[in-house]
Amino acid sequence: MAEPMSSGIRIEGLRKVYGQGDTAVEALKGVEMVVAPGEVVGLVGPSGSGKSTLLKCLGAVIEPSGGRMILGDEVIYDEGWRIGDLRALRRDKIGFVFQAPYLIPFLNVTDNVALPPMLAGVANREARRRALELFAALDIGHRAQAMPSQLSGGEQQRVSIARALVNRPPVILADEPTAPLDSERALSVIRILNQMAQQYQTAVIVVTHDEKIIPTFKRIYHIRDGRTHEEAGEGRLLA
Amino acid sequence: MISLAGRDIMHAWGKFLFTGLGLGLLIGVTLSMAGIYRGMVDDAMALLDNSGADLWVVQKDTLGPYAEPSSLNDDLYRGLLGMPGVAGAANVTYLTMQVRRDGSDVRALVVGVVAGGPGEPGQPRQLVAGRQITRNHYEAVADLASGFKLGERLQIRRHQYTVVGLTKRMVSSSGDPMIFIPLRDAQEAQFLKDNDAIVQQRRRTGQNPGFNRPGVPGLLEAVIAAQSSNSSVNAVLVRVKPGHSGEEVAEPIRRWKRVQVYTRQQMEGILIGKLIATSARQIAMFLVILSVVSATIVAFIIYTMTMGKIREIAVLKLIGTRNRTIGGMILQQALALGTIGFVVGKIVATFWAPYFPKYVLLLPGDAVRGFVVVMVICTLASGLAIRAALKVDPAEAIGG
Ligand SMILES: Nc1ncnc2c1ncn2[C@@H]1O[C@H](COP(=O)(O)OP(=O)(O)OP(=O)(O)O)[C@@H](O)[C@H]1O
Ligand SMILES: [Mg+2]
Repeated sequence: MAEPMSSGIRIEGLRKVYGQGDTAVEALKGVEMVVAPGEVVGLVGPSGSGKSTLLKCLGAVIEPSGGRMILGDEVIYDEGWRIGDLRALRRDKIGFVFQAPYLIPFLNVTDNVALPPMLAGVANREARRRALELFAALDIGHRAQAMPSQLSGGEQQRVSIARALVNRPPVILADEPTAPLDSERALSVIRILNQMAQQYQTAVIVVTHDEKIIPTFKRIYHIRDGRTHEEAGEGRLLA
Repeated sequence: MISLAGRDIMHAWGKFLFTGLGLGLLIGVTLSMAGIYRGMVDDAMALLDNSGADLWVVQKDTLGPYAEPSSLNDDLYRGLLGMPGVAGAANVTYLTMQVRRDGSDVRALVVGVVAGGPGEPGQPRQLVAGRQITRNHYEAVADLASGFKLGERLQIRRHQYTVVGLTKRMVSSSGDPMIFIPLRDAQEAQFLKDNDAIVQQRRRTGQNPGFNRPGVPGLLEAVIAAQSSNSSVNAVLVRVKPGHSGEEVAEPIRRWKRVQVYTRQQMEGILIGKLIATSARQIAMFLVILSVVSATIVAFIIYTMTMGKIREIAVLKLIGTRNRTIGGMILQQALALGTIGFVVGKIVATFWAPYFPKYVLLLPGDAVRGFVVVMVICTLASGLAIRAALKVDPAEAIGG
């Protein structure tokens, strides 16, 4: 299941300009970033520094203005998209975790997680089997048949992590995944992300403001004024 | 792949069911409107069928007994009986009026028929109770819809009639129940004046020195008799011998000076094309309005439901759901809503049809057409919501 060949995430000179002419905003001015498979890095920075913009570029929902992005073994962007089907790219190569879990309210927990493989054409039974396999590790197996509204916030967030992982993407992008959680649950989410990253050799970027979890990263990228600066973190992840 | 639409419907079934019920009542009204029109056409056909006639002979330049006043001499039928291909001919009168029934009254089409055996044109065809009119006076056969019962007495103008037989679904083109009485009585009711008018006329005739001559006994009586007898009927119903076509028999009669002949087909054309045409347009207008209202409701409901799911739709798109899948989900929900509405509508329309005062005929073909129209309306109505859903940017799921 591990992907030793994967090169994780590599970003070189990434630029993004919103708008044109007088009103143009240069949100990213040459971002450099490397995340190895199995590694979880933090991305921190003040409001308006370009964190979400970077995530959207990596997530292939907005088009960068220049630079290079490599996901797994694939150059997805090099002064232009190198991939025809961005929708399939998002489905197969990237897992998303959001600030709020954003589960589909009319699907039960299992089907919420089984949905991405189903969208990729995997048979329902097999997709559900893959979902259930993840539940044990995430400690939500006992809620597999529940509806999202019946779960606690922490449980919902773990389900959304399962959804991000289920297609075994080489990359997970997490946008403030611990914001609504108390410190114990926040740490538990980060612990799970680390554990999953190692187990499946996934490169994980966690955008955060959250002081509770910043000490857990081994490496942190600071983004300020559209540029990144790498910094060693404390890497304290209490078991 | 699982059915996203189905799961969403199951999840919010209460909302769906109530919306479907509301829509269903509206569709029920629409189906009933169509049924009312079909009922009118069917009543018209029944009117023609029940007359037992193949040809209608009426006054020149009139549209016949059901659409316009027509007056013919009541000995005309003898001439018709002699025409080739004619099996039977009978005088008939039609008069829509209020029929008194101790205290209250009932609106009815009073038909004057020649007393005789069944099978004569004009006679009520099938009785559900009692017998045909056999006497020349004061007997009546009434339609069940008039509310009269066997043996009951009813009053038309000056005279009392006893109900001796009952019919079913014998109504005029405007849905009034028929009451059959002997031709002589009907002629009197239609063409004669009331008691006071007769007394007045007798007095005036008697005072006229031209009629009341001392030297000519009996003249006054003869004049008064001529004035008060009546020899007009509205139409002569003609039955054609087997093996002859209506057109072929009508052809030589058309050359007669003072009459007009209509075949069954022409009569249908007059009833449907002229008599109920305005009502049909009225109903068509209603159908258009109801369709627009239904479409608006479906569009509004589906749009609001979709707007409530914008976040989920953005997430679905972000994780790689095709636009087609999302559009399909919304379309399926609209169609499901339409189907619930149609089923409810069909049930309520069937349930309340017998309570309408006029005949409501729900044709299976109309139901099928109605279902197709509902599906088309739902498809169109979901367009707005689908457009909105397709415009959702997957970047919205990531947030600011
Ligand atoms: N769609 C857009 N059009 C124009 N400018 C934009 C757009 N989105 C973001 N920006 C600008 O780009 C810059 C970076 O925005 P971004 O959302 O990436 O910041 P952020 O680091 O996520 O901030 P926050 O912590 O507040 O979420 C900001 O100056 C912002 O105003
Ligand atoms: Mg942001």
